[in-house]
Amino acid sequence: MKELIKKTKGKYGKKIIPGFGISMGITISFLSLIVLIPMASIIVNASGLSFEEFIGIVTEKQVVSGYKVSFLCAFIAALINSGFGVILAWVLVKYEFPGKRILDGLIELPFALPTAVAGITLTALYSDKGWIGKIFAGAGIQIAYTKVGIIIAMVFIGIPFVVRAIQPVLEKLDTQYEEAATMLGASGSKTFLKVILPEIFPAMLTGFGLALARGIGEYGSVVFIAGNIPYKTQIAPLLIMTKLEQYKYADATGIALVMLIASFLILLIINIVQSYMNKVTNN
Amino acid sequence: MNKRRLLSLGLTLVLSIGVLTGCGSKSEIIEITNVSYDPTREFYEAYNEEFKAYWKEKTDQEVTIVQSHGGSGKQARSVIEGNEADVVTLALAQDITAIEEAGLIEAGWIDEFEKNSSPYTSTIVFLVRSGNPKNIKDWDDLIKDGVEVITPNPKSSGGARWNFLAAWGFADELYGGAQDKITEFITKLYNNVIVLDSGARGSTTTFVENGQGDVLIAWENEAYLSLKEHPDEYEIITPSISILAEPSVAVVDEVTKKRDTAEVASGYISYLYSDAAQRLAGENYYRPSNEEILQEFSNVFDLNSRLITIDDFGGWEEASKEFFVDGALFDQIYSE
Repeated sequence: MKELIKKTKGKYGKKIIPGFGISMGITISFLSLIVLIPMASIIVNASGLSFEEFIGIVTEKQVVSGYKVSFLCAFIAALINSGFGVILAWVLVKYEFPGKRILDGLIELPFALPTAVAGITLTALYSDKGWIGKIFAGAGIQIAYTKVGIIIAMVFIGIPFVVRAIQPVLEKLDTQYEEAATMLGASGSKTFLKVILPEIFPAMLTGFGLALARGIGEYGSVVFIAGNIPYKTQIAPLLIMTKLEQYKYADATGIALVMLIASFLILLIINIVQSYMNKVTNN
Repeated sequence: MNKRRLLSLGLTLVLSIGVLTGCGSKSEIIEITNVSYDPTREFYEAYNEEFKAYWKEKTDQEVTIVQSHGGSGKQARSVIEGNEADVVTLALAQDITAIEEAGLIEAGWIDEFEKNSSPYTSTIVFLVRSGNPKNIKDWDDLIKDGVEVITPNPKSSGGARWNFLAAWGFADELYGGAQDKITEFITKLYNNVIVLDSGARGSTTTFVENGQGDVLIAWENEAYLSLKEHPDEYEIITPSISILAEPSVAVVDEVTKKRDTAEVASGYISYLYSDAAQRLAGENYYRPSNEEILQEFSNVFDLNSRLITIDDFGGWEEASKEFFVDGALFDQIYSE
C-alpha cells in the first residue's frame, strides 16, 4: 500500500487527494483577508507612535490597571470554565437522559447571543435588585458592578470553548480503559485522575486557552455588568473605546497591540505545553 | 406543456410589473442618510414623515431617509471611516469638528445654520425615584454621603461631557471660581458614582431597569422619555444651574457632492427650523431653539434655571484640554 502511495506521488509531491494547490490558495487568501491583514494593520496603525510614546501609553496607570482587571478576571473565569466544562462535557457524553439534545444545544447559546444582550441580561439578573443577585445581596455579597460580575460574564461567554474542546475527546475515549482500571482495583477517583484526566487534559488546556483569550478581549457583555470605575472595574477594552472617543486611533491600537501579543503568547505557550505532553504520553 | 405556459405567463407578469414600476419612478426617488445619536430616534422618526411631505409638495421629489443611531462619537467615526452620511445630527459640536478635520465637511459649518447649527437644545437634569426619598434638590445634594449617583464616563461618552460641565458650572458659581474647591466638589461627586457606564443609554438602563442608584444625571429629553414610560416611578428635578446642551447638525459636503444630494440635504436641515419641526422637537422633549415656540412648552420645561453654555468654558477645545484628555482633571479624580 505504501508503495502505491509513493508511486502516485510523482515528481512534484502530488498527493493522493487532488486539489492541494487550489485549496492552499484559498486558505492563504482567506486567512490573509480575514486574519493576517487586519492583524497587520493593527501593527501598522500602532507604528504611528514612536517607541517612547507607545511605552508611555501602555504603561499609563489606568491602562496597566485595565490590563490587570482584564487578565485576572479572564484567568479566573477560564479556570472556573475548565472545571465546570469537564463536568458538563462528562454529563453530555456519558449519560443518556431526556432533553439531552436541547441541553447540548444550549451550550452553544453564548456564541449565538449578541454579547450586549448577554451583558444586559446578566446584569439584570445579578444586580442587587435582580432575582439571583437579590439572594446574594441578602448575604451581603454584591455581584454585578464588581469583579465578580465581570468574571460571571466571562464564564458565560467562555463555557462553550471548554465543553466543545473536551466533548469529542471524551466520546473517543475507549471505555475499556475505565473497565481495566476498575478490574485492576482502582477507585473511582483514582480512575478519573490517573486514567481519564491525562487523556482529556490537552483538550482542557485548549479550551482553557481559548476561553482565556476570549475573556481578555471581551467588551460587549462585560461593559454592562462591570461598574467601569477606574482602577477597580475598568477593563482594558473599555480604555480602547475611551481612546477612540478622543479620536486617538494610534493610542487605541497601541493598547490593543499589547493585548494581541499577550493573547498570542498565551495560546502559543499552551500549544507548546500540549505538544510536549503528547510526546510524553506517546512515549 | 401547460406548465411551460404558466411559467411564461408568470414571467410576463413579473416583467410588466418591473416595467410599470420603472415608469412610476420617473419622478425620481432621492435617498439621503441621516447619521444621528441615540436619543433622537423618536424625534427623527416623526420629523422624517413631516419632511417627506413638505419636500414632495415643494419640489415634487420623493425622498426616503435612512436613519442611523448610536453613540455620538461612534457615529462620527463611522462617517469618517466611510459611512456615507448626507447629514449628521450629533450630540456635540466636537464630533462634527472631527468629521470636518477628516476633510468631509467644510470649515465654518457651525455658522451655516442658525443658532450655532443647533435647531433644538436640551439641558442636564436629575431623574430621581418617586417621592424623592433622598430629597435631592440641587447639585450639592449629590455630594452628600450615602447618595448614589449614576452618570456615564465623560471620557467614553461625548454626551456625558455636558453632565460634567454642568456640575462644574454649579461648583464654579458656589465657590466663586476657587479652583481647588471646585475640584474637591467634583471629586466628591464622582466618588458617589457607583456605576460609570460607557454611554448615556447604558446609564439609563442601569438606573431604570436595574434599579441602581438614587439619582441619574441625564439629558432632559432622555429623562422625559423614562418618565413617559414609567410615569409613577420617577420625578425630574431641574437644578438651579445647568448647561445648555447644543446638539449640532451639519451637511456632509463631500458626500452630498458625490451623491448629488446637496440641495435636499440642506433643505432637510433648514426645515428643522420650521415652526412645525420646532413643535415636533418640543413634543419629543427637546427644547425648540425658536424662543416663541419654546414658550409654548413652558408648562413642560422648567425655564427658570440658569443655563451656562460651552462658551463659558472657552469652547470645546479648551474644555477638552482642561478636563477630558488623558491625564487631565477627570483622570485625576480617580486614584489607585
